[in-house]
Amino acid sequence: MDTMRDRFIATTTRLLKEDPRLALVLAEISRDGFEGAARAHPDRVVNVGIREQLLIGAGAGMALTGMRPFMHTFASFLVERPFEQVKLDLGHQGVGGVLVSAGGSYDWPAGGFTHMAPGDVALLDTLDGWTVHVPGHADEAEALLRQAATGDDRVYVRLSLQSNRTARPVGPALSTLRQGAGGVVIAVGPMLDNVLTATDGLDVTVLYAATVRPFDAAGLRRAAGASASADVVIVEPYLAGTSTAKANDALADLPHRVLGLGVGRAELRRYGQMADHLAAHGLDARALRQRIAGFLAL
Amino acid sequence: MTTTTSAPPLGYDDLGRLMSLMTGDEKHGPAATSTLDALWVLYDRVLRVSPGTVDAPGRDRFLLSKGHGPMAYYAVLAARGFFVEELLPGFGAYDSPLGHHPDRLLVPGAEIGSGSLGHGLPLAVGSALGLRAQGLTDPRVWVLTGDAELDEGSSHEAIAFAGPAGLDQLHTVVIDNASATHARPGGIAARFETAGWSVRTVDGRDHEALHIAFTAPHPGRPHAVIARVAPKG
Repeated sequence: MDTMRDRFIATTTRLLKEDPRLALVLAEISRDGFEGAARAHPDRVVNVGIREQLLIGAGAGMALTGMRPFMHTFASFLVERPFEQVKLDLGHQGVGGVLVSAGGSYDWPAGGFTHMAPGDVALLDTLDGWTVHVPGHADEAEALLRQAATGDDRVYVRLSLQSNRTARPVGPALSTLRQGAGGVVIAVGPMLDNVLTATDGLDVTVLYAATVRPFDAAGLRRAAGASASADVVIVEPYLAGTSTAKANDALADLPHRVLGLGVGRAELRRYGQMADHLAAHGLDARALRQRIAGFLAL
Repeated sequence: MTTTTSAPPLGYDDLGRLMSLMTGDEKHGPAATSTLDALWVLYDRVLRVSPGTVDAPGRDRFLLSKGHGPMAYYAVLAARGFFVEELLPGFGAYDSPLGHHPDRLLVPGAEIGSGSLGHGLPLAVGSALGLRAQGLTDPRVWVLTGDAELDEGSSHEAIAFAGPAGLDQLHTVVIDNASATHARPGGIAARFETAGWSVRTVDGRDHEALHIAFTAPHPGRPHAVIARVAPKG
């Protein structure tokens, strides 16, 4: 099956043909995949070179003239390196754009920490007005990219090599995949399959989110209220605890506990494969089962 | 939000009076005055934009990247009728649209907000790209930076890209008041030239020379004008 990044290339290439407002700004990464698109739309596919501040500034400048820019590179170079540009050129100027990242937290473990951005969502949380999508499957990525292309808002689409076997319907609300009384487990994006395996046979509600910002507080409140236990475990493919405050705010009127699982803060300084890193962060199905069952006393 | 005036535009000789209405940012007084003549020549004789065309797709765009000490900029905008001069005394007040750095969502006629140096050139590059992509090949994009602002690496990403990209709708005015702390061996003009820009260097107080430099043809290349003024001291 094609990866989310492959699907991003194919979908954006199609969207460029369908929508004259759409522009794509690259900083060398993925440029080979967009060769055809660049030939067909030389003014709307712009490779600025290895210049990430310009990647965001140029995208924002195109937005100032009324275009809808997609800006793309690895997560670390897209969000972290030019973060002031994200804050000012998009937010402070009041224009919209779509940041599309690849690489995530552990897609290229042998590449090391310079190519990992587990902190990207948490960084964007310090800004106002960002929609954050974390698709769990290439079909979801495609749907979310198509949706993002039509708006004027600020959107971050976080692609990963990690994928669920099946695509789920996308939408702003948390979707309920299982219902139980022992607590609520929120699976974000590609963490879903591991969460489903981990909670097999456990009496828990499982909610799925491919869109984490805006956080569906009302959906969580309903699910927690419907369960005998309002305790929540969040399983995210980026920095552990990123959404813990959101869950706490959602359940402010209900006694509850929150466990935020995700990628650790300390560098592993280990290479290998994605599965090694998921295990190291306690995010494989076996570790998740232990941690979830332990926290919820199941 | 638009508070345009129906009175005829004021002239260069009114700018001193208008600037004196804005107090509170005296530290950046020299930064403001250094831009005055370049701004006036641009708005009076070069830029094809007016209070009535601030939203026109085909307008020329002026981006103030050197956002500190914006008093000359506000005075010029007021003189040209983008907003009423009655706003000027409120400069820096809590609910004034005129901050010590401009905000494009608050200042009528401002294309970008600024304050953090090095953002205007990349935004201008993007604006030129966006206009070209929509077939709007006539409007020009102008960005004004300071010489010390060219310390910022982000400015150089934009300069290096724009030349080879042939962004001939893009124009930069560098107000050179020798503010930079560190030497720039070879000078400012050379950096633009090496990157493939057309470049002119002029006396930043000579209106006629500025006009000639601003309007010099530069087919196929972006254009930079280095406007020299007295060192900040």
